[in-house]
Amino acid sequence: MSIDKETIKHVAHLARIELQANELEKLSGELHGILDFIDKLKDLNVEQVKPASHILPISNVLREDKLHVSLTSQKALENAPSKKGNFFSVPKIIE
Amino acid sequence: MKYQTVIGLEVHLQLNTKTKAFCGCSTDFGKAPNSNVCPVCLGFPGALPVYNRQALNSAIKLALAFGCQIQEHTKFDRKNYFYPDLPKNYQISQFDLPLSRNGFLNIYTYEKPKRIGITRVHLEEDAGKLIHETEVSLVDFNRTGIPLLEIVSEPDLNSPQEAFDYLNSLKSIIEYLDVSDCDMEKGSLRCDANISLRLSGAKELGVKTELKNMNSFKGVKDALTFEVKRQTQLLEIGQEMVQETRLWDAQKQLTLTMRTKEGAKDYRYFPDPDLTVFIIAPSMIEQIKTQLPELPHEKMRRFIKEYGLTEYDAKILVSSKNDAEFAENCLQKYPGQDKKEMVNWLIGPLLSEANLRKVKLHELNLEKKELINLIGFVQRQEISYLSAKAVLSQLIDTGKSAQDLIQSGNLQQVSNTDALKQIIETVIQENVKSVSDFKAGKANALMYLVGQVMKKSSGKANPKLVGELIRGRLN
Amino acid sequence: MELNQFTAHELLGKLKAKIASPKVILDSLYTRIQKIEPKVKAYARIDKDPAGIIPDLSGLPITIKDNICTAGLPTECCSKILQGFRPPYDATVIKKLKESSAVIFPWKANMDEFAFGSSTENSYFGPTHNPWDLECVPGGSSGGSAAAVASDEAIWALGSDTGGSIRQPAAFCGVVGLKPTYGRVSRFGLIAFASSLDQIGPITKDVQDAAILTGLISGYDPFDSTSVDQDVPDYTKSLTGEIKGLRIGIPKEYFIAGMDAEVKTIIEEAVNKLKNLGALTNPVTLPHTEYAVPVYYIIATAEASSNLARFDGVQYGYRAKTDNLLQMYKLTRAQGFGREAKRRIILGTFALSHGYYDAYYLRALKVRTLIKQDFDKVFQDFDCIVAPTSPSSAFKIGERVQDPLKMYLSDIYTISANLAGIPAISIPCGFTKKGLPVGLQIMAKAFDEEMLFRVAHTFEQNTDWHKLKPKL
Repeated sequence: MSIDKETIKHVAHLARIELQANELEKLSGELHGILDFIDKLKDLNVEQVKPASHILPISNVLREDKLHVSLTSQKALENAPSKKGNFFSVPKIIE
Repeated sequence: MKYQTVIGLEVHLQLNTKTKAFCGCSTDFGKAPNSNVCPVCLGFPGALPVYNRQALNSAIKLALAFGCQIQEHTKFDRKNYFYPDLPKNYQISQFDLPLSRNGFLNIYTYEKPKRIGITRVHLEEDAGKLIHETEVSLVDFNRTGIPLLEIVSEPDLNSPQEAFDYLNSLKSIIEYLDVSDCDMEKGSLRCDANISLRLSGAKELGVKTELKNMNSFKGVKDALTFEVKRQTQLLEIGQEMVQETRLWDAQKQLTLTMRTKEGAKDYRYFPDPDLTVFIIAPSMIEQIKTQLPELPHEKMRRFIKEYGLTEYDAKILVSSKNDAEFAENCLQKYPGQDKKEMVNWLIGPLLSEANLRKVKLHELNLEKKELINLIGFVQRQEISYLSAKAVLSQLIDTGKSAQDLIQSGNLQQVSNTDALKQIIETVIQENVKSVSDFKAGKANALMYLVGQVMKKSSGKANPKLVGELIRGRLN
Repeated sequence: MELNQFTAHELLGKLKAKIASPKVILDSLYTRIQKIEPKVKAYARIDKDPAGIIPDLSGLPITIKDNICTAGLPTECCSKILQGFRPPYDATVIKKLKESSAVIFPWKANMDEFAFGSSTENSYFGPTHNPWDLECVPGGSSGGSAAAVASDEAIWALGSDTGGSIRQPAAFCGVVGLKPTYGRVSRFGLIAFASSLDQIGPITKDVQDAAILTGLISGYDPFDSTSVDQDVPDYTKSLTGEIKGLRIGIPKEYFIAGMDAEVKTIIEEAVNKLKNLGALTNPVTLPHTEYAVPVYYIIATAEASSNLARFDGVQYGYRAKTDNLLQMYKLTRAQGFGREAKRRIILGTFALSHGYYDAYYLRALKVRTLIKQDFDKVFQDFDCIVAPTSPSSAFKIGERVQDPLKMYLSDIYTISANLAGIPAISIPCGFTKKGLPVGLQIMAKAFDEEMLFRVAHTFEQNTDWHKLKPKL
């Protein structure tokens, strides 16, 4: 199937990735080829088949409501590109 | 009414588990920023979630209390979107196989209970907190990962009052189950509303407006009241309604539109591959059912049956679980079959005392034995009702016995006819007009005269006897 | 022989007998690295003299792929977007290794960025070179781990495998690589690519090392909901050295027209060897093989698009300079991710997006069931499946990186094992005329790693491929 540039732009926005014009061009061609290849899945009749969301037959994995040792704020913020006091800081959100 | 109001409420409830949904960090409120965190709830690379058993139990308990059908095979899905308070930029939630569906709860706005459908109750995790400054926004992830339940009502509510009552019914049940603090101020209960208006009798729903930013039950009611007015005005002038989200401004008491979002959001839900499927076996459901306490409406019916309460009185007493237990304790201890007297005391003076002291009924520091004694004194007419109310207050304050307080306060009701007759003579002489009013047939005059006697006797006169004596004297 | 040229089990013996100390083993590694690393570039970042930063020298050093969290050590998935990230915690496998006295080598192995690739050409730090031919790729995405082991720059290593990322580089570099059963090894601390496919596994000089290392890292982890609570056997006990009467299936779909003729011949010879050793070989069919690559590229990219959403400049890594939040997200990710990463994220986002979910993602999940059922059927009558690891030997650097689809197709033989969740191993079984290694792949049913070690070890001990070393 073909995927037009508008769709790619929309998807790039959903994924929060800014694409340059030449990137968009190249990506369009590449994705076109990949999706064409992926389309062969349409040949199969999967109506009666259950989807394999999980390959393991395990269920009900739970943990007890017990406290563990949390990180210190210092450790939590150690890698932060920008922080203010004990907060992570991001550019102002414009609603 | 020309227009029918249609309201649906979406409530997000924080469960009161000790630890978060997917990690062992504390859920304690009000801690230093970014101190209740770990790689899992921070969404650090490589971290993986494991769900809290207690949260699942609480959720099932709540769903059962609402009469929901529990989904035997349930799973978590990822809700994908970008926001700084969402560390993984996806929220672990539930999409097409939610934990439970098709429940209901009753509201008692009218004489007969009205049934409000509950579409679904599902599991998800909370996001962090943002603090907006001028240049930057600050993020605190303490709240991230706290287990939430999303409770969605059917659009069965038809007035702001019904919505208010729905929230109170909801809170009452949740309190009984003890699965959440239900505190809108602390953010453990949050509510968004959807409201639309349509011509009465119309089948199609009107255009929906989403309301956010209400911080109290009253705020929800006020916001909806404002919206009904606003939308009615617009419809009357033939304005086309557009689907939008509006924020309630409690200061200005109005709703304001949020900048309209670009189209419907695409959350790209898919089953979370990091978590397994959950199979809720019938045996597990039965087991949790046995853990359900008697719910408010059940207790109400029982109070009416066992203690002869009116529906009105029963409703008041069961609204809080602890208060209901306190009340029942009092009723059980009260001797005899007829509990009416105790009921009156609970609904009347005790509730007043609680309100005055800004505490709950069950928090009153009161020896039930002494309360019953006090009531006994009144019943035997050894003390007036008025005096007794004052003694009640002292019982709570001092913890002394009723007997002691009555004696030390010299509150014994005066039933000595001679003593009373003397006071009555004085009152008759001082209130010529009232006397003639009484003789003219005005019923109020008697009450006034009795009141004057009560005043002169510092409330100690036996009012019933006084009334009889005055009548006898003047006739 | 230099110490760094020995296998782990040989060195463990020397340590035990006190013939060698951890320090001298480490020193011989440094010497080797100093000599050939500029040519091979197996390691992502060589910035400090490691001698100063290894705290406690009690055991053998092990080289870790750059996508496994090592507390306090840079873990960047060879991506600009995770620049400088030092995790505040150890992955569970790292914890387990430390408990067994292993020394975590402070330099991490080079890899394709976020494990997206089959050649290690997508690393932010540049490609790794195949020790057997420096103009060729080492395979990917665990190319650094495989090259380091092959060139004795590491004694043994950990890699990760989502669609073949341990096995294919092991094949290209002439070493042993195992992808355990899904759920056998904890993923806690493995920076996720595709959650339902990823597994951490050993890359080693011989099968015995792989058996030892697998035993050290396997086991139930309460921090990983997808890890299985099943006992870990002593895998070294499965090195029996014989395979008489074992029923081996040879899937006909794995010997297709597009495969390299030399590789085909070498594999056929290897199969004959197994026959001579007493195994019973028979053709089998895995009918949905041709759909494996498309299914994989939908599921893996869909999961990856969601797993990589967290890389946004807020809490760690690279952040683009801007005063607007939306721009911060978009530019950080545009500048921080490489081409292949962006391509996969966009493809994955598309597959999950409104209107396409049923046709792509849901459909792929269903075909995945069919692929798994193919294997279940074969394992009813066969003990294991033997096939090539890759349709070709190592290709030249730069040869396929411009053609993503061609690159994806080099995973064609390894992908199915990830989709079915079964364990698979690659061992060296020959060389092309140009002197490039060829790998033999053995697959078994879930949690039957013992079968893999048994067959692989028997083959290995009756051949000399594992003894050869590149001339560096």
